Amino acid sequence: MSGGKSIRIVDSTLRDGSHAVSHQFDAEQIAAVAGGLDAAGVEYIEVAHGDGLGGASCNFGWSKLTDDEMLRAAAPVIRKGKLTVLLLPGIGTKKDLEMAAGLGVKAVRVAIHVTEADIGQQHIGLAKKMGMEAFGFLMMSHMVPPEKVVEQARLFESYGADVVYVADSAGAMLPDDVKARVGAVVEAVNIPVGFHAHNNMTLAVANSLAAAQVGAGFLDGTCRGLGAGAGNAQTEVLAGVLDKLGYRTGIDFFGIMDVAEGIVEPMMHRPQVINNAALMLGYAGVYSSFLLHTYRSAEKFGLDPRKILVELGKRRMVGGQEDMIIDVAYRMLQAKG
Amino acid sequence: MERVSVAIIGPGNIGTDLMYKVLRSPRLRMDVMAGIEESEGIRRARDLGIRTTLGDLRPILEDGSIRLVFDATGAKYHLRHAPLLRAAGKIVIDLTPAAVGPYVVPSVNLGELCGEPNLNMVTCGGQATVPIVHAIHRVAVARYAEMVSAISSKSAGPGTRQNIDEFTRTTARAICKVGGARKGKAIIVLNPADPPIIMTNTVYVDVEIPDEAAIRDSVERMVREVQAYVPGYRLRVPPMVDGTRVTTIIEVEGAGDFLPKYSGNLDIITAASVAVAEKLADKLLVKGVTQ
Repeated sequence: MSGGKSIRIVDSTLRDGSHAVSHQFDAEQIAAVAGGLDAAGVEYIEVAHGDGLGGASCNFGWSKLTDDEMLRAAAPVIRKGKLTVLLLPGIGTKKDLEMAAGLGVKAVRVAIHVTEADIGQQHIGLAKKMGMEAFGFLMMSHMVPPEKVVEQARLFESYGADVVYVADSAGAMLPDDVKARVGAVVEAVNIPVGFHAHNNMTLAVANSLAAAQVGAGFLDGTCRGLGAGAGNAQTEVLAGVLDKLGYRTGIDFFGIMDVAEGIVEPMMHRPQVINNAALMLGYAGVYSSFLLHTYRSAEKFGLDPRKILVELGKRRMVGGQEDMIIDVAYRMLQAKG
Repeated sequence: MERVSVAIIGPGNIGTDLMYKVLRSPRLRMDVMAGIEESEGIRRARDLGIRTTLGDLRPILEDGSIRLVFDATGAKYHLRHAPLLRAAGKIVIDLTPAAVGPYVVPSVNLGELCGEPNLNMVTCGGQATVPIVHAIHRVAVARYAEMVSAISSKSAGPGTRQNIDEFTRTTARAICKVGGARKGKAIIVLNPADPPIIMTNTVYVDVEIPDEAAIRDSVERMVREVQAYVPGYRLRVPPMVDGTRVTTIIEVEGAGDFLPKYSGNLDIITAASVAVAEKLADKLLVKGVTQ
């Protein structure tokens, strides 16, 4: 067994989690959560609009605060941990990354659809030049076979990434899918490998363990599982489970439970459960961030959100194509006559 | 019919597609294709009986009969070419992101820019969405406009991939400068689906006067104007007004001249460039008669 091995945790309550509150975290909430996570021993604390730097938009939803304001709220309360951001090339820019570096951000996750890593070469390069840790983050990894994930992970490594992530953005993978992809990447690269789970089929923690078993050194979580779709691996649960298995995370188990229950839970707009549409995301392999946008369109046009999601899955839409929810809904409405 | 001689610098995918469009134009004569070295594009031009030049722009600069030059290389090359072309009295249509001259979107501002010696073609996404922003702005006043372009991975060349920020920055600027919006934002998504997706563009505009009928009419008129030079430009979702937000979706199918039909993103910028050249050629020919 892997007893005594250490796993490094990235908590994304204040980034992926912001999807679940429609990006409405305020400065006080950000400071409270970031400070709590830091005190509980979380190493990487990710803060940004749910769709990363520059994500505030009509397409992805407007955040209450600007990127700058969010980072300014978190930076002063993080003492041991590393303030981390996410950036999707094509949405966020190098200018956004420079702004983040100026505010004390120590790590960036450059998140790209699993087949397109080369659009992030410049962003990884800039992060390294500015002295940041750079993670390559391969989204929607379920859509391609392990060999393709390996090819793209190697690209990130060649650009100078310090860590490469396999992300199950649609919460569509089963544990064997995770093992096949994460395991192949671990074999192929000389940098640590991470895994980012979504809980659309209630497998987020199980999949995270599967990733750890085949050599992942980084795992993602969010307090109370807050996140896009049915949310992410629940940080406090992950901390407890990993501890039981003998992995060291540096996280104080009681401390992180207190952050989740005492600080994060009161901020939640709704319980983070697997409702039918979220389950459909996982089943059909659709980007988890589409969930709330799909609900809005379904309600507006009087359509079944599951049908919209199935169609988006059939069209093989990728992260960032939230606009196609409107397109699909419009077409369904026309077909209804 | 009289024709104006043109040259193309850059025999890559874009330059080659341009060449085929120029060959079809009743207003333009495809005279010189310039490259830096022997390549498939150069061979293709030569096989069609077109003059070629390698690593040397003098055959273009020193030939007074060539009036219009397309530059389909890259920003750093265009910065070198621009002063040479200008000194030689050429009118330049710049398809690179260098933006030495003003942005031009034929259906919106070509009329005002006919005297400029160097015109920049913005980006593919700009050519697809600025007309819509402008059509909405002229009847509803655009406080903010945002576009999301989705293109097939196969149609995104190394130039786009290595400098994806350039697309978002340039397009956002053109949305304001040419489209008229007070603020602008651009997002680009690459989709690897196979068969490849055709280019789609969603335009969100926050307006002061949410008059749906006026907006629809203005957008529909604009779509017809763009269709005059980009036949595959289509309204996919007509303007929908929700409060002060107007959402419109456009798709662009390529003409399939050289590049496959799904790469409407490449077709729209070459088609728009040829539309600019034809308009300038008309002016030059009129001048030629009166001189």
